[in-house]
Amino acid sequence: MQNVLDKYESVMEEKVTYWYPCGHVEDFPENAGACIKYKHAQIAVFYFARMGKWYACQNLCPHKVEMVLSRGMIGDAAGIAKVACPMHKHNFSLEDGTCLTAELPAIATYPVKIEKDQVLVGFNF
Amino acid sequence: MKVIVVGNGMVGYKFCEKLVSKTTYKKENFEVTVFGEEMRPAYDRVHLSEYFLNNDARSLELANQDWYAENGIDLKLGELIKKIDIQNKTVESHKSEIYDFDKLIIATGSYPFVPTIEGVDKNGIFVYRTIEDLDQMIRFSEKIKSKGKNKAVVIGGGLLGLEAAKAVKDLGLETHIVEFASVLMARQLDARGGDVLKSKIEELGITVHTSKNTKCFAGEHDVEKMHFTDGSELDANMVVISAGIKARDEVASAAGLELGPRGGVLVDDKMQTSHPDIYAIGEVANFLGFTYGLVAPGYEMAEIVVSQLYGETKSMLESPDMSTKLKLLGVDVASFGDAIDIHHEHTPIIFENRHEKIYKRVNISADGTKLMGGILVGDAAEYNMLLQIYKNGMSLPKNPEDLILGSRNGAESLNDVSALPDAAVICSCENVNKGKICCAITDEGFDNYKAISKQTKAGTGCGGCKPMVQNILESELKKMGRVVKNTICEHFQYTRAELYDIVKIKGITDYDEALNTIGLGHGCESCKPALASIFASLFMETANKQPAIQDSNDRFLANIQRNGTYSVVPRIPGGEITPEKLIVIGEVAKEYNLYTKITGGQRIDLFGAQLNDLPAIWEKLIIAGFESGHAYGKALRTVKSCVGSTWCRFGMNDSVSLAVKIENRYKGLRAPHKLKGGVSGCIRECAEARGKDFGIIAVEGGLNLYVCGNGGADPKHAILLATGLDEETCIKYLDRFLMFYIQTAGPLIRTAPWLEKMEGGIEYLKSVVVDDSLGIGTELEAQMEKLVSDYACEWKEAIENDAIRKRYKHFINSEERDENIVFVPLREMKMPEPWK
Ligand code: SRM
Ligand SMILES: Cc1cc2nc3c(=O)[nH]c(=O)nc-3n(C[C@H](O)[C@H](O)[C@H](O)COP(=O)(O)OP(=O)(O)OC[C@H]3O[C@@H](n4cnc5c(N)ncnc54)[C@H](O)[C@@H]3O)c2cc1C
Ligand code: SF4
Ligand code: FES
Repeated sequence: MQNVLDKYESVMEEKVTYWYPCGHVEDFPENAGACIKYKHAQIAVFYFARMGKWYACQNLCPHKVEMVLSRGMIGDAAGIAKVACPMHKHNFSLEDGTCLTAELPAIATYPVKIEKDQVLVGFNF
Repeated sequence: MKVIVVGNGMVGYKFCEKLVSKTTYKKENFEVTVFGEEMRPAYDRVHLSEYFLNNDARSLELANQDWYAENGIDLKLGELIKKIDIQNKTVESHKSEIYDFDKLIIATGSYPFVPTIEGVDKNGIFVYRTIEDLDQMIRFSEKIKSKGKNKAVVIGGGLLGLEAAKAVKDLGLETHIVEFASVLMARQLDARGGDVLKSKIEELGITVHTSKNTKCFAGEHDVEKMHFTDGSELDANMVVISAGIKARDEVASAAGLELGPRGGVLVDDKMQTSHPDIYAIGEVANFLGFTYGLVAPGYEMAEIVVSQLYGETKSMLESPDMSTKLKLLGVDVASFGDAIDIHHEHTPIIFENRHEKIYKRVNISADGTKLMGGILVGDAAEYNMLLQIYKNGMSLPKNPEDLILGSRNGAESLNDVSALPDAAVICSCENVNKGKICCAITDEGFDNYKAISKQTKAGTGCGGCKPMVQNILESELKKMGRVVKNTICEHFQYTRAELYDIVKIKGITDYDEALNTIGLGHGCESCKPALASIFASLFMETANKQPAIQDSNDRFLANIQRNGTYSVVPRIPGGEITPEKLIVIGEVAKEYNLYTKITGGQRIDLFGAQLNDLPAIWEKLIIAGFESGHAYGKALRTVKSCVGSTWCRFGMNDSVSLAVKIENRYKGLRAPHKLKGGVSGCIRECAEARGKDFGIIAVEGGLNLYVCGNGGADPKHAILLATGLDEETCIKYLDRFLMFYIQTAGPLIRTAPWLEKMEGGIEYLKSVVVDDSLGIGTELEAQMEKLVSDYACEWKEAIENDAIRKRYKHFINSEERDENIVFVPLREMKMPEPWK
């Protein structure tokens, strides 16, 4: 499973080579997450409707290496947008992927933008 | 100053931590090199056994490797110091590299003592000290279990032996303890205390053999049998030796440093050895003729050496305190001060209850004024307070037996922290006194346990002082005129009970509105489910109305399992089910290839359903007449029943009918935590009703209603609320009780801890529920009536609504399923691939 974990690497906005249109805004639940598939990657996309902000990260929780993060609850810790894994509630920052509750490896994050109601996630592969 | 530390164990690490945490510490002033023989940085040996549960060595680490580097410490792991040259002030590693020092700190700990017994070198004989020892034990136990062998023997019934016995038992082996002395824990307990402990441990299915001297181990390669000097023998496929410890003083001794008569590097009250630039700390040090096998004295020694290096004058005042409180195999055991009183100098007061297996003893000074020591087995709730009274020489209550019996006849309670002097040491692992904790609260303004613990370090060792720190916090805040509040989280500065009232009075109907009007920020996984529960309790709304604030399981109306699949638990009220319904469950399970199991709650769980299949599975179940079992929710789970008077020759009432009625009445009811009930037809209590949040037992003349029990990690028997009730009154009281709990309990607090915190306890609860002392009885009943009549099955809602069904897709942009889900065979069924 470790190699599954290695597959995911953060993508900075300036390094994006392809903006993948993964759906319409209304396909996504408000203030919660959903999972999209891009090539062989599973990406969790979160819509913070209150702030009008979007975040994306790997769907894989590094704790027990399960594809579950999109089903976690979202919110903020001292202003940092975060997701809590549904398995054991470890928290990960959606800004930079770091784990906020334990010494776990950071998760990969991806930029998201909205164009004409299309949700686009930025990849470099 | 060049400082070398030999040994990176608990005490060696503590020395480093204390050295660099001095405010005057500068990396330039110290050049610290630490040698550790083990391959990993220092870890928490005290909690070593947790490794069996989580297999997570990292979580035991006291600090990671980066920490040493960041603080300018050169940590050399896997390097053994084999020689110390005290003339030239150098040490030599096993790689034959030489390092010089200005100050040397020896913190090499100790070895497990292995007696020379014939056959002791056979395979399968272990000691219990390092993570590697544990790894080997785990591997070996797997090996023997696969061959159908499962007998394990722990030699040594001391503190560590019992700890090892727990570990061996957790490995799933039949466990025996063999002790040379005639009692367990002979160092800490007297004969009667040891006896009570023994019977308590045997209750757990562990066999204890005392007064046994091992003659030899037999077996070809692997150990198979033990022979004793009295001619008896015992099968043993695995052995753990825990016969005491022996200081690792060999390198120090070879260097010419003076040792104590029974081993250990001799130190003075400044921890200086016979060479002024060399210190010894921890288990390797011999101070006042003894070595100390506990962390607290080691930490104190580390503190003293640090102060020496900073040119301060701190020294060890008296012989270190060996008081201990432990939870061994789930049994509380504590001893403090002069516990055994070998010389019969004091007056013992003893309380023994063989029925509950509790033993308590306190030794009072001959003049009857001071507490000298004591022993607690089976119930050590008074330990912290007794220790304080002993250590601070506080005066005794008028009836000293109150110390262990609790004050009767309304005398003042002993557990009052405000009576303690500031010098009282509260956390002995970190040597934090009450004054320091108070100062953090009053001067530095910390107002929660986490912050205080971080600031003062109290509670970061064994954690045993946590309740006391909490009590001090509460009493100090009270003194400052502040109410002690358990606010929900950073987003809502209210308790759950306050939020409940505010939401109700302001007429708030959704989460965003709550956050905008009375909250801060954007919410989190604590406040969202708490508010979801409040909305459900006020409006009986199901989890489908505001899905985004539901806990993840509630959002999908199912419990997530190890591999991200879900379980399906249909409601089976009272455990009663028709053959037709059983067949439907079987058919559904077969169709979707689900693992099926009878649960501990008298119903059937179907495991391993993929997210995409949940609506179809539930559709079939609902057509057959099933409803959601709310196994995922903080809601009513099951009302367990015994068969009752319809069949049973002892039954005093029809308990199944009553259980079905009650389960159907409260189904779907959400609460601060889950709710379970039970109905037994007579006092034989086959439904285990007293292990539930509410339990009904039929007796001559009516129903007895018990409340606030639970199983789980801290089992509590439910307490009698009312007797001889008819069914109608019983349900009326239940309505009131449940509604009162729902309105006032904190989030995730079950009924038992809720009652425990309630001022006035069960008497107060009785007055509210039975005597209606607050005059809210009819209001509570009316609210419950409304919730009951507004019930709807949320799974039925879900399958009938396309928007909700859409939620059950693994991918939003593809019909594919999660290809990462792997199952492996398990007997005739399957299970998730285990976690690595
Ligand atoms: C399936 C079952 C075990 C079984 O195979 O028998 C079970 C399984 C779980 N229990 Fe349990 N408990 C089950 C009966 C019990 C019982 C026995 C009983 O109900 O009579 C107890 C002790 C009685 C009690 O609760 O007082 C029990 C005490 C717990 C606790 C500890 C509660 C406490 O107050 O300390 C938890 C943890 C929690 O709720 O926070 C828990 C939590 C869990 C969870 C939900 C853990 C989780 O969050 O995933 C497990 C997953 C269930 C699932 O379906 O995926 N389970 N659990 C039982 C389901 C009963 C049912 O039909 O609904
Ligand atoms: C299972 C278990 C449970 C326990 N429970 C409790 C408890 O509940 N309460 C309590 O107070 N205490 C408990 N203890 C005891 C506590 O762990 C010890 O008192 C504490 O670890 C002692 O610290 P230390 O640094 O002196 O020794 P250690 O932690 O043993 O550290 C010594 C280190 O030095 C290394 N070393 C030795 N010689 C050399 C050398 N020549 N060169 C380089 N490195 C060397 C060793 O490999 C070791 O890593 C428990 C111990 C065990 C094993
Ligand atoms: S006791 Fe309950 S929570 Fe623990 S493993 Fe068993 S089912 Fe899961
Ligand atoms: S799997 Fe995510 S927190 Fe454990």
